[in-house]
Amino acid sequence: MKQYTNQGSNDTRSGFGDGLTELGKTNPNVVALCADLIGSLKMQDFINENPKRFFQIGIAEANMMGIAAGLTIGGKIPLTGTFANFSTGRVYDQIRQSIAYSGKNVKICASHAGVTLGEDGATHQILEDIGMMKMLPGMTVINTCDYNQTKIATLAIADFKGPVYFRFGRPKVPNFTTPELGFEIGKGILLNPGADVTIVATGHLVWEALQAAEVLEEQGISSDVINIHTIKPLDEDIILNSVKKTGCLVSAEEHNYLGGMGESISGLLGLKHPTPIEMVATQDTFGESGTPAQLMTKYGLDKNAIINKVHQVIKRK
Amino acid sequence: MSNIETLENISFQVRRDILRMVHKVNSGHPGGSLGCVEFFVSLYFNFMETRVPFEMNGKNEDIFFLSNGHISPVFYSVLARKGYFPVEELNTFRLIDSRLQGHPTTHEGLPGIRVASGSLGQGLSVAIGAAQAKKLNNDPNTVFVLLGDGELQEGQNWEALMYAAAKGVDNLIATVDLNGKQIDGTTDDVLHMGDIAQKFKAFGWEVISLKEGNSIKLIIESLSSAKLKLGKHKPIVILMETEMGNGVDFMMHTHAWHGKAPNDEQLQNALAQNEETLGDY
Repeated sequence: MKQYTNQGSNDTRSGFGDGLTELGKTNPNVVALCADLIGSLKMQDFINENPKRFFQIGIAEANMMGIAAGLTIGGKIPLTGTFANFSTGRVYDQIRQSIAYSGKNVKICASHAGVTLGEDGATHQILEDIGMMKMLPGMTVINTCDYNQTKIATLAIADFKGPVYFRFGRPKVPNFTTPELGFEIGKGILLNPGADVTIVATGHLVWEALQAAEVLEEQGISSDVINIHTIKPLDEDIILNSVKKTGCLVSAEEHNYLGGMGESISGLLGLKHPTPIEMVATQDTFGESGTPAQLMTKYGLDKNAIINKVHQVIKRK
Repeated sequence: MSNIETLENISFQVRRDILRMVHKVNSGHPGGSLGCVEFFVSLYFNFMETRVPFEMNGKNEDIFFLSNGHISPVFYSVLARKGYFPVEELNTFRLIDSRLQGHPTTHEGLPGIRVASGSLGQGLSVAIGAAQAKKLNNDPNTVFVLLGDGELQEGQNWEALMYAAAKGVDNLIATVDLNGKQIDGTTDDVLHMGDIAQKFKAFGWEVISLKEGNSIKLIIESLSSAKLKLGKHKPIVILMETEMGNGVDFMMHTHAWHGKAPNDEQLQNALAQNEETLGDY
């Protein structure tokens, strides 16, 4: 049975902001850092309520990652906030040495991931961040799909011990998961049960996958739609159990196919249960300016792209 | 024996440890390590309030970060001699399965280390974060950090300098090891950094100049002077002029020993200049 209902649209970053506000009330060790993007990250309510637990770093992301690492040494749980591009590529070595290798309990909270950042263009749209972060030993990588999931994930990462890369987005998108689904780091969620194909989606592509499944249903193809919100560690069981039933898989993500979730799943299938797979992802390209919807269509990241890949992969069974 | 004589005795042993460690594995960085022996010994055996055994959180104790991680031999020797881990473990420096990695790391759980360093320019930011956590915790103790001078060429330091002054991080004492040398030559030749004291002052830091950074007496005076300036809304830096390779005549006045170990004969010559005071490991 379907495990989702569209409850209207909201942005995932507001889910982060509201989760952070709740953490401000419930967890005195949580502190927040920002590199001049308070409004974009929706951090203002937390700041108003906890001014001493907020650190405005200025436009200096490298320094922000180091300060976050240092704050953990006094027992704080720092959440850093900036765009995904400036949270990863710009500061890879700071994350690698001062946070990941040093085992620091820093939560790197990254908004405006992927092409749906929109009009600002490719300088700001990162499509390589999941790859960079999943390569780091000990780093947990999370990409949430809607407002509700982003809010409960924000609470979950604060309770989790260890470095986390937490990726979400800019635009308002359908809010369709319910808090009752819960959020367990490393556990995928079956949103729609089916028998003919497994569709595994993360982030903004989850809603597109559910829309695709509805169209496919009318075409007589039933889809197991799995939301993988934790790309690392990957929930291998939910994926393997599904493909043992369906015999084929389509992955969908707002990221380069090199280094993304699809690549992790492809590796899993190759090693443990060889199965035909097709990937909905960007094809080793940078993004460009445009509206989020235009960019999702142009870069093959929408419902229609998923439907096409499902037809292709079923033929390979 | 006066306090300074005691510290000098420890320094002799620390120099022997450094030389024997890098000689055994024919790798490591003796020059900068030897240049900072007196600083480390003064800090750990005379100045900082620290607790053994080690606790990562460092609450209600002074804590130290080494940003220029390549001078790990002096750090390891002083930590061992202070009792954080057995001195015999110095024998494992840079060997497979050792906690004493080439550059310091928390990854293998070596007591006394609070962050990995080696990739340069990151330690000051981490120290600032730890200092701000102390303030949130109403912890009155101080955070210390040592940086190399060549390392100031990394831009992250200047982000951190600007931030620490803007935010009044005044429970932090940074020290820059001004030995004037880096791998490719003198700092002036490689990338002239101009007047470093003026740069720190322009960034809003309290600057203490220490011209003889290998004098234990003067190091303690500078640290004491720095301590008096804590809590006055300005970050503090000691610009400490040291002699790379100090205590071993043929390693001084050159950058040749930045990252090179002595051979057998050179080791014996160097050890002969530094009496075994506390017992070799």
